Amino acid sequence: MTTIAPSVAVKTEPKTSVGRVRKRLTSRTASLIAVVIALLWTTPTFGLFLSSFRPEDDIKGSGWWTFFTNPALTLENYREVLFGSSSSSGRLASFLINSVVITIPSVLFPLALATFAAYALSWTRFRGRDWVYIGIFALQVVPLQMALVPLLSFFSQGVEVFGITLMPAWNLEGPGQFIQVWFAHTCFALPLGVFLIHNFMSELPGELMEAARVDGATHGTILRKVVLPLVAPALAAFGIFQFLWVWNDLLVALIFSGGTADTAPMTVRLAQMAGTRGNEWQRLTSGAFVSMIIPLIVFLSMQRYFVRGLLAGSVKG
Amino acid sequence: MDFFFDFSAEAPKLLQLLIGVIAFLAFVGLMLVLLDRAPMKERSWGHSLLLLGPALALLAIGLVVPGIRTTLLSFMNGDSSQFVGLDNYLWMFTQPEAITVLRNTLIWVLLVPLLVTAIGLVYAVVVDKSRFEAAAKSLVFLPMAISFVGAGIIWRFVYAYRPEDANQIGLLNQFVVWLGGEPQQWLQEAPTNTLFLIVVMVWIQAGFATVVLSAAIKGIPAEIVEAARLDGATPLQMFFRVTLPSIRPALVVVLVTQSIGTLKLFDIVRTMTGGQFDTSVIANEMYNQAFRYGEAGKGAALAVFLFVLVTPIVVYQIRSLRQRREA
Repeated sequence: MTTIAPSVAVKTEPKTSVGRVRKRLTSRTASLIAVVIALLWTTPTFGLFLSSFRPEDDIKGSGWWTFFTNPALTLENYREVLFGSSSSSGRLASFLINSVVITIPSVLFPLALATFAAYALSWTRFRGRDWVYIGIFALQVVPLQMALVPLLSFFSQGVEVFGITLMPAWNLEGPGQFIQVWFAHTCFALPLGVFLIHNFMSELPGELMEAARVDGATHGTILRKVVLPLVAPALAAFGIFQFLWVWNDLLVALIFSGGTADTAPMTVRLAQMAGTRGNEWQRLTSGAFVSMIIPLIVFLSMQRYFVRGLLAGSVKG
Repeated sequence: MDFFFDFSAEAPKLLQLLIGVIAFLAFVGLMLVLLDRAPMKERSWGHSLLLLGPALALLAIGLVVPGIRTTLLSFMNGDSSQFVGLDNYLWMFTQPEAITVLRNTLIWVLLVPLLVTAIGLVYAVVVDKSRFEAAAKSLVFLPMAISFVGAGIIWRFVYAYRPEDANQIGLLNQFVVWLGGEPQQWLQEAPTNTLFLIVVMVWIQAGFATVVLSAAIKGIPAEIVEAARLDGATPLQMFFRVTLPSIRPALVVVLVTQSIGTLKLFDIVRTMTGGQFDTSVIANEMYNQAFRYGEAGKGAALAVFLFVLVTPIVVYQIRSLRQRREA
C-alpha cells in the first residue's frame, strides 16, 4: 500500500539504496494488488460475454477459457433468446419493450414531482418547512418492503374507510397494469429525488431569486428560466440513478407487473429463466447481456453525473 | 427455428407508453400554468401547497400509510382476518427456519459493509494518482450498472458445477480441479454458500466504495500530506495516521449505505438460490411469506423488523442532517 504518487516520488527519491529498494517493493505490491482486483472484477463478466457468443454445445461442454484454443462464434443464442418461438426460449424482445415502457415514465414523473417539491422546500416559505423536509429525508431509509402489501391492496381493492369508498379499485388489466408499476416506482423514488435535488437547489444564491422576484417573475417563471438551467446536473444525476434503479429492479416488478410477457420487465424474465432453466446457459448468458447493454451505455456515457449523484451522499431503497 | 415476434402484441404497450408520456407533459404543463396564475406574495401557502402537494400525496399513499398498515398487519394472521398479538414475532424469533433467516441476514450485514469498504479503500489507495486511474476505477465501478439479476447469472456461471469426470464450465471449479481438488456444488452447501452469495454483493458494490473514498482521498489537503512526508512517514504510517482519519466521514457514508442496502437485499438470493439450501435472508423470506405462502402477517412482521433495524440509521442521519443545516 502506498499513497506516494510517481510524480512526487521523483522529487523525494530516497537517498539510500535500501530506501530505494523498499519504495520499489511497496509500489510493486500496490500495482500487484490493483491488477489482481481489476482482474477479479472483470473476468466473470468477460467470461459470460464470451460464452454468450459460443454455440450451445460448446457452452455446456467446455469452459469459456477453452475458446482460445478452439474458437467458434455464433449469434444464434441472441436470436433465440430474443425471438425464439418455443415456449422455453426467452422471448426477451417482448420483455425488453416492457422494460422500456416501464422505465421512461418511472423516470420522468419522479423527476418532475421531486423538482417541484424541492423548489417549494428551498424557495417558498411556510411554517414547518424544515420538518417536512426532514420527514421526506427520513423516508429515504424506510425499506420499501414495508409498503408492498398495502400498496398492492390499494390497487386491487381501493380505499374504504368505515364502509365508505374513498377510492375505487383500479382494476387495471393488460397494458393498463403499467400504470401501477409507474405509480409504485414514482412513490418509492421521491424521497431520494427530493433530497438530491434539494441539495443542489438550496445552494443557489438567494439574490438571484430576489432579483427575479423584483422583476415581477412568478414562481413558474423563476423555476423554468432561473432554477432549472442551474440544477440540470442534479436532475441528470437523479435521472440516471432512477433509470438504473428501475431498469434493474426485480422486487417492485415482481409484485406490481404481473409476471407475463404482457407487462413484466426483463429482470423478471431472467430471474424466471435462472430459476427453472438454470442450466440453459446459452439463453442465460445472452439474455443477461441483452439486459445489461442499455444500462451500460447510459452509465458509461453519463458516468460523470452518476458519480456526482453518488457523492451527494445517497441512500435508497 | 422460425421467428416469434408479434408486433400486434407490442403495439398496445407502446400506446400505453405514449399515454404515460402525454400524461406527464400534461401534468407539468398544468403545474406551470397554475404557478403562473397565482399572484406572488412573500408568504403564500398556495404556492407551497401546489408545489409540494403532489409529492406529499404520493409519499402518503405509497409509503407512509402502507408503512402504518404493514405494522398493523404484523399483528394479524395470514389472511389478515384475526388479531393474533405477537404470534408472528414469536414465530420469527423461535422457529428454526426463521432463525436461519435472521442468522444469514446478520452474516450479510456484518460482512458486506466491511468487505466493500476494505476492498474499495485498498483499491482507491493503490490506483490513486497512477497513470491508469480513471480506467482502473471504471473497471471496478462498472458492475454498478448491472442488475443484481444479471450479476447473479454472471456469478452462477462462475460457480457452475460439473461432475468430476466431465469438463468444468465454471471458472471456480476449474481452478479447484487445476489445483488437484474435487469440484464442489458451491451454492448448495450451507453455511458456506451464503459466503459465496456475499461475494456477488461485494463485487457489485466495491465500485461505489472506490469512487466515494477516492474522492475523499483527493480531498485531503496537500499540506497535511506534505507535512507528514517531511516528517519521514512511511507509506503505511501515512495510510493509518493521515489517510484514514482524514476520510472518516466518507467511510461512515459507505458503511451506512452498504448496511442499509444489505439489509434490504433480495434479488441476489432470489436469482441464485431462491433462498433454498439455508440461504434465505429477511427481504427474501418476507417476499415468500407475503406473496407466495399467503402469510401476510408473517411477511409484515419481517418487514417491520427490517424497519426496526434501520431505525437507528435513520435517527443518526437526521441528526447529522440537522447539524449540517445549522452549521
